[in-house]
Amino acid sequence: MSIDSTTVRQIAHLARIGVAEQQLPALAAELNGVLDFVGQLAAADIGGIEPLAHPLDETLRLRDDVVSAIDQRDAFMRLAPDAQSGLYLVPKVIE
Amino acid sequence: MSLPSVAQLAQDLSARRISARELAEESLARAEKNQALNVFVTRCENVALAAASAADVRLAAGNAGVLTGIPFAHKDIFCTNGIRTSCGSRMLDNFVPPYDATVSHQLNDAGAVLIGKTNMDEFAMGSSNESSFYGPVKNPWDTTRVPGGSSGGSAAAVAAGIVPFATGTDTGGSIRQPAAFCGITGLKPTYGRVSRLGMIAFASSLDCGGVLARSAEDCAHVLSAIAGFDAGDPTSASHAVDDYLSALNRPLAGLRIGLPRVYFGAGIAADVGTVVHAALAELEKLGAVLVNVDLLHADLAIPTYYVIAPAEASSNLARYDGVRYGYRCANPTSLEDLYTRTRAEGFGAEVKRRILVGTYVLSAGYYDAYYLRAQRARRLIANDFNTAFAQVDVLAGPTTPTVAFKLGEKSSDPLAMYAADINTVAMNLAGLPAISVPAGFSNGLPVGLQLIAPAFAEARLLNIAHRLQQATDWHARSPEIAYG
Repeated sequence: MSIDSTTVRQIAHLARIGVAEQQLPALAAELNGVLDFVGQLAAADIGGIEPLAHPLDETLRLRDDVVSAIDQRDAFMRLAPDAQSGLYLVPKVIE
Repeated sequence: MSLPSVAQLAQDLSARRISARELAEESLARAEKNQALNVFVTRCENVALAAASAADVRLAAGNAGVLTGIPFAHKDIFCTNGIRTSCGSRMLDNFVPPYDATVSHQLNDAGAVLIGKTNMDEFAMGSSNESSFYGPVKNPWDTTRVPGGSSGGSAAAVAAGIVPFATGTDTGGSIRQPAAFCGITGLKPTYGRVSRLGMIAFASSLDCGGVLARSAEDCAHVLSAIAGFDAGDPTSASHAVDDYLSALNRPLAGLRIGLPRVYFGAGIAADVGTVVHAALAELEKLGAVLVNVDLLHADLAIPTYYVIAPAEASSNLARYDGVRYGYRCANPTSLEDLYTRTRAEGFGAEVKRRILVGTYVLSAGYYDAYYLRAQRARRLIANDFNTAFAQVDVLAGPTTPTVAFKLGEKSSDPLAMYAADINTVAMNLAGLPAISVPAGFSNGLPVGLQLIAPAFAEARLLNIAHRLQQATDWHARSPEIAYG
């Protein structure tokens, strides 16, 4: 499976990473190098094996539904590149 | 002459032969003097001196622990309240967390004195420290060589004698490989043993916090402070914490050490193999028995890792959007433009490459072929270890296939860089603890011996490493820079 510039453009869009048109072919070549390498997995005989998501095969625990964190809204809002009246500001989304 | 251990420094502090403030000043001066190594992203002199004064009060009052007043450095991936935490990225160059990671909390509570935040591969993605936004760290043994990565700054800080210990994280070898390249001891604990809260996420099912120090005994002191259950980390382990110190001196007679043939295979440089075999012979003298074992699916480890780690990274790093914190591009014209330019400008080449690979392997139509297959292979890799541990107590081999390579040697070839992880990624896939211990030298450059144990058997690893370090002095040797 080899990917072309069109596929790279689509992946970059999904990942919301801007890539200039002229960089697409070189990036496609780089990504193909990595994908060819990990493509070794296709040849492995692993069809009936149960997938392992957690390294020690444990399930996530649930915590009690109680308040456990203090309100740090102001401290976190101060980190924003642009904020006003407790709201994050971004370029206009709806005309 | 060897540099003082944590235990020696603690004795000097408690006997008031030296003050915590003097130790902190000395450490800061060494950091200043070794600026050319590019170890620190941020040095925090004022915070350090205040913490040292507080430690002196505790020492005078007699309620000090072994880490009280001991200088250390944090890998710049652990959030520190009020101190910039960059993760080696332009994306977080301006990020000052309003809270501490659990590990930061624990070390503060123990009275350890934070000197600075260490340089690292961007978002911990790299094996040479060359992907950092702040430029590469230099190896203190040979400044034309890499210190390893991603915890390269932490390893170099310890090797150069700036601090006696530093924190690190290990997602595919990022503690063990730089420890090997810099001639120090580096412990990656069992997955879930050390809290991930406030440790900036790369690949959440693989990331482990741990420690880099000059000896196994020093690692035991630090692990004692940072191991344990944390309700704030959903994958924290509730398994009881062992007494790592009391286990250090257990005899090794009858210990069965398995040598996976593949870890001594074709990719391993001859000089590294020779040095590691000599170190294993020392363990034999201490009563250990060496047994050859096979890990049948070991060849799947790197491809499996380089599917799972980028997949998890692409998901974790989706949070960097230029809206809530971190870098934002100038004059965005639309929301889409804000996202795409912020991420194009804020991330470096390797991070973008991994996000794109991760996005691809998780995308519709390819998920089964890549991600699901990798998860199946992951189980086979983990099962291989279970099979091996039915026959032996620990596994051993070279930590890395070569000694530290030259700066720039592999930075333009991602696949060559990934191959450097050949002996370290499988333990992250299986969640197992592993330690890299100085095993000797080849042409003046350190070689690391890796020991791997079943889950939660950190005490066994520290015990074996400590006994080896009682019988040999490789760990006690430091580069000339450290004595300057």
